[in-house]
Amino acid sequence: MGRAWQMAEELSNPEPQAGATADSALPEPDSEASAPPAKSEAEADLPQPELPAIAPEVPLLRIEGVVKTFGRFRAIDALSLDIRAGEFFALLGPSGCGKTTLLRMLAGFETPDEGRILLHGTDIAQMPPHLRPVNMMFQHYALFPHLNVRDNIAFGLRRIGMTPLELNARVAEMVALVKLDGLEKRKPDQLSGGQRQRVALARSLARRPQLLLLDEPLAALDKKLREGTQFELMALQRRLGTTFVIVTHDQEEAMTVADRIAVMDSGRLEQVATPRELYEAPRSRWVAEFVGDVNIFEGEIESREAGRLLVATKTAGTLAVAEPRRPNGKALVCVAIRPEKVKLSRRGPAVDDSHTHAINRLEGTVTDVSYLGGVTLYQVKLDGGALLRSSMANTARLDLDAYSAGQRVVAWFTPDDCVVLEP
Amino acid sequence: MSVRDAFTRPARLAARAPYLWMVLFFLVPFGFVAKISLSQTAIAQPPYVPLFDLTLGVAAIKAAFAALSLDNFRLLVSDDLYVLSYLRSLLVAAISTSILLLIGYPIAYGMARLPRTWQPVAMMLVIVPFWTSFLIRIYAWINILQHDGLLNQILLALHLVSTPVVWLSTDGAMYLGIVYSYLPFMILPLYATLAKMDPALLEAASDLGAPPRGAFWLVTFPLSLPGVAAGVLLCFIPIVGEFVIPDLLAGSDSLMIGQTLWLEFFNNKDWPVASAVAVALLALLLVPLLLYERMQRRQLERA
Repeated sequence: MGRAWQMAEELSNPEPQAGATADSALPEPDSEASAPPAKSEAEADLPQPELPAIAPEVPLLRIEGVVKTFGRFRAIDALSLDIRAGEFFALLGPSGCGKTTLLRMLAGFETPDEGRILLHGTDIAQMPPHLRPVNMMFQHYALFPHLNVRDNIAFGLRRIGMTPLELNARVAEMVALVKLDGLEKRKPDQLSGGQRQRVALARSLARRPQLLLLDEPLAALDKKLREGTQFELMALQRRLGTTFVIVTHDQEEAMTVADRIAVMDSGRLEQVATPRELYEAPRSRWVAEFVGDVNIFEGEIESREAGRLLVATKTAGTLAVAEPRRPNGKALVCVAIRPEKVKLSRRGPAVDDSHTHAINRLEGTVTDVSYLGGVTLYQVKLDGGALLRSSMANTARLDLDAYSAGQRVVAWFTPDDCVVLEP
Repeated sequence: MSVRDAFTRPARLAARAPYLWMVLFFLVPFGFVAKISLSQTAIAQPPYVPLFDLTLGVAAIKAAFAALSLDNFRLLVSDDLYVLSYLRSLLVAAISTSILLLIGYPIAYGMARLPRTWQPVAMMLVIVPFWTSFLIRIYAWINILQHDGLLNQILLALHLVSTPVVWLSTDGAMYLGIVYSYLPFMILPLYATLAKMDPALLEAASDLGAPPRGAFWLVTFPLSLPGVAAGVLLCFIPIVGEFVIPDLLAGSDSLMIGQTLWLEFFNNKDWPVASAVAVALLALLLVPLLLYERMQRRQLERA
């Protein structure tokens, strides 16, 4: 209830706050002067023409030094981020990291205390939601229970004075787009969860927004349906070319659907990268541990030679690792290695003189085996004392190489599979 | 007997208790009233004939049945006094309920939008007047509204009027009393529907281009209609039969049906006509009740 009330207050006080101009020292996009004036509601719906006035390097959405506090809690802390037109962008983070607050500021349900939100170069930070060319798909869909599927989808279209002919055509198009044919007369409570999710999607896309915001759009679906829907969302986004910004706490979902992912923690961006970069080249220990599973060993750099670092660890001996692209010069580091990069064998890899020194071989005892179907997870207690996790794909049905608890093994991985991070 | 039976049987009995209640305390007494409405007055104790005396045998009871007639109901239809009373009751109830809705809706809406911690407080403030007896509250209004009452004293002191205004014994005073007394019955059902509404619906409406006022008429109001219906019926039905408030606050030139009934019963001692008035009143009120019942059933079926 408090949210809606707060929203009503914001709507009635649209005057810009001092914070909106506080960051004027930041470089402004060149094209801002030629940016189109704020659109009227009717215009906002017309098929978006290419905007030739805007240089290609200017992103569709630019978030500049945005701060949002709730009482003493800093939900968003001086966050800046660019999102390009046509991108499928994910905001990923644990609950309470500020990702939903950021999304709600893009929709207009929250107003930043400081900073600017530029859409096509126009600051929309203080613009009320009903005037923004942005639409949102809500977490629990927020379908209007008193309206049928058709009227739910048409709700936004009726607000912009479409002719009945146009409106019918657009609704039919949306119904076909999300495959809801034949269900137009149903009320939301006569639909399944998956169907409701489609109505919500169609409703949010009906006005052809420049930016579609998705707040945990698949969280309410069961796992199987969710996976199928992820691919449908991706196909839809590619077909429409609309910029999607999705908020999710599910990293697999983010990795599946998004072109780029912003990982957030405590109101700040930890890393903005493609899914592969995020997983294979995490910028911090926190990101490495948040995205996927990882083994981490703390140690001290012993020597540097030919692009290799030797790191002395307390519990896993000396590890040879690839030198990071941006060495930070500190002696204390973390070595991160993903479980699937750790191979297990009874005797270790065949010794080849030219490579021997370059491969990390760690001996230990298997303590735990979890068979998960596609992969098996092993936990190995290294002789040095560390616990090491390894996951091996079960590529053959009758796997003779499976190890059992108590067995002595050699765990090995190459220096290139390791990532050096600050502790 | 299975374990499940052990639980469902008492549950089923408990579910039937309301019916038993209705039969004992509504249907049986109503049967008496209906029977009296078909009788004739008599100077006797009780003041009507025929009487059913089971000790006199079958023939006597048959004769008593034959003596029943619809004369009293014919009188109700033919005499302007009753028709006008009914119409005035309906009119007063309709006007009062409209005022109640206009005042109650904004209050309920405001309560539902309060921070969660303040809502129970607001709720208490609505209910607290019930802690004082209804009659005392109406007498308090008489004190305020009478010739040398508080209202006139204030108005005179402020020089807003030069001579005392007649407030008491007017329709205005009656409407004031009715609205004051019935306001909680309008607010509480409205508040219940408004408070459980998902705030995300309003956000969705505004996201889809509806300005705040539009969002209210397109989303909030239609979704609150069940609460509106409940509040309207909860006020309208008892106001139609209201006796105390019009008797104490309104003038005596036109009567509501409750007052007419009282006069027939206590002044004219005409129990049969008074009973006929009561039966007709009940029949009249059954129509909106049945409509409400049907609406609720349709809603349940949908959910």
